[in-house]
Amino acid sequence: MAKRKAVVLQNECVACGTCVKTCPLQTISIYKGMFAEIGSKCVGCGKCASVCPASVIMIEEVQA
Amino acid sequence: MTKTKKWYDYMWIISATYLILGFFNILFAWIGLLCFFIPLLLAIFGGDKIYCNRFCGRGQLFDLLGNKLHLSRKKNIPKFLRSKWFRYGFLTFFMLMFCNMLFTTYLVFTGTNSLKEVVTLLWTLRLPWHWANHSTTVTPWVAQFAFGFYSVMLTSTVLGLITMLLFQPRSWCVYCPMGTMTQLICKAKYAKEEAQHTCHVCTTCNSCNSCGNQRNCEVTYQTEEG
Repeated sequence: MAKRKAVVLQNECVACGTCVKTCPLQTISIYKGMFAEIGSKCVGCGKCASVCPASVIMIEEVQA
Repeated sequence: MTKTKKWYDYMWIISATYLILGFFNILFAWIGLLCFFIPLLLAIFGGDKIYCNRFCGRGQLFDLLGNKLHLSRKKNIPKFLRSKWFRYGFLTFFMLMFCNMLFTTYLVFTGTNSLKEVVTLLWTLRLPWHWANHSTTVTPWVAQFAFGFYSVMLTSTVLGLITMLLFQPRSWCVYCPMGTMTQLICKAKYAKEEAQHTCHVCTTCNSCNSCGNQRNCEVTYQTEEG
């Protein structure tokens, strides 16, 4: 199965931090108050995508 | 994995208390100025949105109502509500209404108008609120500002509650004027260095794509296949 990872549409992110709070691996941070940034530990569980109020997080397959 | 709760995870109590206190004595509305100045100061001097991310009691309250009490439909917010023109437009409208409120306070201050003991909900509905005014000791403009400011806070809470019910719990965060403003401050603050750095993960771009291909970046990233 291909690896999955959360991807943020950073241009449309409102930097509210809801995803940061929900990430079970605590690998999301808000970059300089501008947008959310997914860390390297992301396993693509999709929790952040489901809580994002702006719906700007997608789960995408990545090449390992 | 359960995260241990920190003291700032209980800020929703303050937000809820603030709204309740306004029903008893309108002068408590002045405390709400903290919700204006703290995020702005943290954005201007701290350069981040730590207020939204950590301390915002309102966001926590919506989160609690929507998730813990299952009051939210948890549907995607309509695209226009999260569009830039709506967010910036709402911020502009909100600030205009805020200035209007300040002007009303000024008219009471100069004695042109008398104190109106009403809370204006959604900028139009004038709710009688005389029972919360015990301010015989303060000058009328102090009470007028309190009524005006409480109107702002109650209006935004009502809007937030509606979008909490209809969409995601924290949908308010998408068009929250304070959130939009602090994000704009951060963007302005870092605009220069962001332009210099094409990529903040690496100092020079080697197309590793580790910063994400969705970055608002001038460099066109190439995948390994490309």
